[in-house]
Amino acid sequence: MATKPKLFYFCGRGRMESIRWLLAAAGVEFEEEFIETTEQYEKLLKDGRLLFGQVPMVEIDGMVLTQTRAILSYLAAKYDLYGKDLKETVRINMYTDGTLDLMLMIAVAAFKPPAEKEESLALVVKRAKTRYFPVFEKILKDHGEDFLVGNKFSWADIQLLEAILMVEELDASVLSEFPLLKAFKTRISNIPTIKKFLQPGSQRKPPPDSHYVEVVRSVLHF
Amino acid sequence: MAGKPKLHYFNGRGRMESIRWLLAAAGVEFEEKFIETPEDWDKLRSDGHLMFQQVPMVEMDGMKMVQTRAILNYIATKYNLYGKDIKEKALIDMYTEGIADLNEMIIVLPLCPPDQKEAKIALIKERTTDRYLPVFEKVLKSHGQDYLVGNRLSKADIHLVELLYYVEEIDPSLLANFPLLKALKTRVSNLPTVKKFLQPGSQRKPPINEKSLEQAKKIFRMK
Repeated sequence: MATKPKLFYFCGRGRMESIRWLLAAAGVEFEEEFIETTEQYEKLLKDGRLLFGQVPMVEIDGMVLTQTRAILSYLAAKYDLYGKDLKETVRINMYTDGTLDLMLMIAVAAFKPPAEKEESLALVVKRAKTRYFPVFEKILKDHGEDFLVGNKFSWADIQLLEAILMVEELDASVLSEFPLLKAFKTRISNIPTIKKFLQPGSQRKPPPDSHYVEVVRSVLHF
Repeated sequence: MAGKPKLHYFNGRGRMESIRWLLAAAGVEFEEKFIETPEDWDKLRSDGHLMFQQVPMVEMDGMKMVQTRAILNYIATKYNLYGKDIKEKALIDMYTEGIADLNEMIIVLPLCPPDQKEAKIALIKERTTDRYLPVFEKVLKSHGQDYLVGNRLSKADIHLVELLYYVEEIDPSLLANFPLLKALKTRVSNLPTVKKFLQPGSQRKPPINEKSLEQAKKIFRMK
C-alpha cells in the first residue's frame, strides 16, 4: 500500500508552500513533520536525509528528495500536470520559473530588517504588475482558453493562482488592470481540490509572522 | 530546415554559460548574438522578445525560450541527457539544483562590493568543501559508476564538471580530497564534444575581467 508523501519543513510557507499547493491541487493527501528545534534539524542532518543540509525535504515513492524545483518537477510529472509534450513542458517551466522567482522574493523579504522588507515587498508588487501579470494576461488573451498551457489544467495554473493570492495579500488591488487574470483566479479557485485547500483548516500556511521568522532563524542559526 | 539555436546574452559567462556547456556537450552547434550596448538591450526588450524582460534567451525550434532552467531542461530532454524515467530525472534535478546554488554564488561574485569579497570567497570555499563536493564524491563512491545517475552521461555530470572547472579557477587545492570527482572531470573532459569545447577558440567564455564587467554594467545600466 502506498504511503502518503511526508513533508519536512518549518510550520510556515517558505519554500515548501508551492509543494503543498501542487500536492493539494493534484488531490494527494500528505503528512507534515514541522521543524521546531535545532535538535530536530540536527537529527535530520545526522541521519543523512538532507542531501545538501537543507529543507524542503519530501519523502515520496521510496525517495528522500530535496531541492524545491526537483520536488515540484517530479510531482508535476507524476500527477500529469506537466503538459503533453516537450514544447508544452518548456512553456510550463518558463511560466513556473517566473512565478516562483516572484514568490521567493516574498519568502526572503520576511527575513529582512523592516525598512528593507518594505522596499522588497513594494518591488514584488511592482514586478507583479509590470513584469509578470501582463505576460500571463496576454497569454490568456491570445489563446482565449481556460488554462495557461495546452487547454488543460497544469502546474503553471496552480502556481500562478498561488502567486496571485500572495501578491493580493500585499496589495488587494493588484489585479485591477487584469480582467482575464481575475476570471482565471475565480475559475482555478473553484476547482474542487483547490477550493478545499483554500478553506480554513487545510494544510495551507498563513503569511510569515515574527514567530515563524524567529523559529527559522534560531534553527538555522542566522 | 531547422536553424541553429541562437543565444542572446552579453559576451561573458553569467547565466548563459551552463547553456553553452550543455549544447556543446550534446554536440549541438549554436550561434550567439551578443548584447553589446544599452541600445541593443533596449531593442531586445522593446521588440518583445524577452518574456520577463530578462536574458538568457535562446531561439530554438521556433521558440524564444527564457529562464535558464527551462532552457537547460528542454535541451537535456531533447538530447537525451535527462535520465531514463522520472525517478532518475528527480535525482538529476536534485543534484543540478545543488550545483546551481554553488554556481550562483560564483556567478554573482564579480558584483560583490570589494570590502565584502574576501568573506564571500571564504564562504564559497567552505560551501564547496563542506556542503557540495562531498555529496557528489559520495554519490560516485556509493555506486562506483562512471556517471552520477543511471550509469549514463546526463546533464548533472556536465553541470558538475563545469562547476569543478570554476572551483579550480578559485583554488585548485579545493579538489584535493575528491579523487572520484577529479576522475569524473577527466573522464567528461575527454568526451570528444567536451574536449572540443575546452579548446581555445571555442565558444566557451573566460572569467569576467574588470573591463568586461564595466561594459556589462553599462549595458544593463547598473551602478
